[in-house]
Amino acid sequence: MAHVSDSDWEGVRLHIVTGKGGTGKTTVAGALALALATGGKRVLLIEVEGRQGIAQLFDVPPLDYNDRRIASAPDGGEVFGNALDSEEALLEFLDMFYNMRRAGSALQKMGAIDFATTIAPGVRDVLLTGKTKEAVRRKSGDDYVYDAVVMDAPPTGRITRFLNVNNEIADLARTGPIRSQADAVMAVIASPQTAVHVVTLLEEMPVQETADAITELQEAGLPVGAVIVNQVRVPLLSPTEQTRALEQTLDSAQLAIDLESVGITPTDDVIAALMHEAAAHAERVALEDRERFTIAELRIPTYELPFRPDGVDPGTLYDLAELLLTQGVA
Amino acid sequence: MNNAHAVVPKSSVFDVDAMLADTSVRIIVCCGAGGVGKTTTAAALALRAAEQGRKVVVLTIDPARRLAQSLGLGHLDNEPRPVVGINGTGSLDAMMLDMKRTFDEFVESAADPERAATILANPFYQSLSSSFAGTQEYMAMEKLGQLRSSAVVEDRWDLIVVDTPPSRSALDFLDAPRRLGSFLDGRFIRLLAAPAKAGGRAYMRVLSAGFGVFTSVLSKILGGQVLTDVQQFVASIDTLFGGFRERADETYAMLKADDTAFVVVTAPERDALREASYFVERLDGDDMPLAGLVLNRVASTSASAIDAATATSAAARLAVLGADTSAAILRIHAQLVATQDRQRRLAERFTSAHRHVPIAVVPTMPADVTDLTDLRTIGQALADG
Repeated sequence: MAHVSDSDWEGVRLHIVTGKGGTGKTTVAGALALALATGGKRVLLIEVEGRQGIAQLFDVPPLDYNDRRIASAPDGGEVFGNALDSEEALLEFLDMFYNMRRAGSALQKMGAIDFATTIAPGVRDVLLTGKTKEAVRRKSGDDYVYDAVVMDAPPTGRITRFLNVNNEIADLARTGPIRSQADAVMAVIASPQTAVHVVTLLEEMPVQETADAITELQEAGLPVGAVIVNQVRVPLLSPTEQTRALEQTLDSAQLAIDLESVGITPTDDVIAALMHEAAAHAERVALEDRERFTIAELRIPTYELPFRPDGVDPGTLYDLAELLLTQGVA
Repeated sequence: MNNAHAVVPKSSVFDVDAMLADTSVRIIVCCGAGGVGKTTTAAALALRAAEQGRKVVVLTIDPARRLAQSLGLGHLDNEPRPVVGINGTGSLDAMMLDMKRTFDEFVESAADPERAATILANPFYQSLSSSFAGTQEYMAMEKLGQLRSSAVVEDRWDLIVVDTPPSRSALDFLDAPRRLGSFLDGRFIRLLAAPAKAGGRAYMRVLSAGFGVFTSVLSKILGGQVLTDVQQFVASIDTLFGGFRERADETYAMLKADDTAFVVVTAPERDALREASYFVERLDGDDMPLAGLVLNRVASTSASAIDAATATSAAARLAVLGADTSAAILRIHAQLVATQDRQRRLAERFTSAHRHVPIAVVPTMPADVTDLTDLRTIGQALADG
């Protein structure tokens, strides 16, 4: 099932996926990586928060700092995974500039590693985005090693600070290698090669956070990609039924007759419960329509993925990837 | 047991009202992963306790705009303010943590005005008090300590409910203050402050790779100005606070006391439940008092007699008969039951590993919290278990 539709993100090599906690950004990042790899491409999927979310999603052993193949994509593509670790990145960085890897354990004892990777503002972020930038630009001969890199990034509340590394380390390092590293990172992240996608649900708070994050990203000059709406309820009622359900005027007597006809005993409790569930569904669909309108006003490309009552396993991930492809994401 | 509690049939019910009524419980800490409804749970618990007659203060960290408004927290001034519209004889005060303000006040209370001014103007201090990782957690603990002493000394409150900062890991609330404390008291900052002096021969031995290289790397990476700022900062805070680490340890010890109850908040999702597991295990390991788990936003049905397969096949037959509306209603039910089944499977993984943890189940609410009435509804759901 090769797709001939043009990608909306031609030329983008780094896809950064953020979203409010609980919106399913790891799932969306995984589906996006599969979609981008479809048709014989090599894609690297990176996580930066030490949660092992990718390993869980793809049902593979825990990932580490080395790229490992985690899935095949349709038509010969491959997805690799990496759980970036700021301490490894720091040692690599020290090694690169000062041949100081050997001093690692001494630095550890003094609390210097802890300081740089967990306490000092921004240093950890420069290290993680720096390693990501390196993966984006890694070459073997004349060709890039990866056709695209997808990052399962920190949540919306922290994303602008995380990506805007220049600003973040301004107080701490005005000159020196960390500073140059930050400049090199910004040259990739703030370029048309990068797109920051925001995952949301059609609920008030996630949509509000999405709008806030997009404003912040734009103000920081970072390239906003798409809004990916996750877990969209498929309306199960027709427009007329939807209106009646909201008005609570669906015909409960008819429902009782119909249930009886297929062998379900229509007790008053069952009828009341089902009518209540229909009303709640209609309310949810109405809420989603309102939130969808708010998202449309943001005027940026939007894709939708359906709610899966059974949850997401490695199999359904391919369905989600397919849906992203048909909508033109890749 | 309500319908939602069918999601975790094997666990015991977390009796929220009993916890709120127990006057020996004076601090309730709400923890959990981001996006599970921690702040809302904290606010709902605080309101319910107040309306049952207790004198409550709730410390929120980063409330959503409308929740803040519903508590009357229009502006942020780092002081508890009374919430208007509480029923009954109790009272509720609410505040939002301003971490920088809390740190500044901490400095102002410990130093004479001149020295305090020097510290507050120091660029390294400004960075430390506004953007260091762990500062928010440290200051949340600091504020909790302050609230506790005014609760005890002035008899202003008999219950403090705390929300915890949104962080990568729920464990950060417990660990970050001590990590920051160790840094501020540690060898490394002293080395940063005065490489040549503090380094001395001891560090020469530790750093076999070459002490000279190390210090020159530091000044190259961080820049000379930073080292000067750090030096001035360390000189001015020296002996001022009796140890940041010690202070963090004291607050940590306070959380182990009998009058504290931890409430772990989670949602029936894989990641959130995993975080909850880590946290519960940690509380166990450190002998910290876990009151119970709140499983938030759970799908529930009162027509559980009709399972998903029955509903789906009945819907198909009704559709053939032209009874489209009834078919649609059954499909809605089937989807709900499938969701509930998935949530039960996820929740069961947690309950089988943590059988002793009592659980309160809160059903999905149709819309976000916008006022005290919504918070009361959540409080009622919490109490219904």
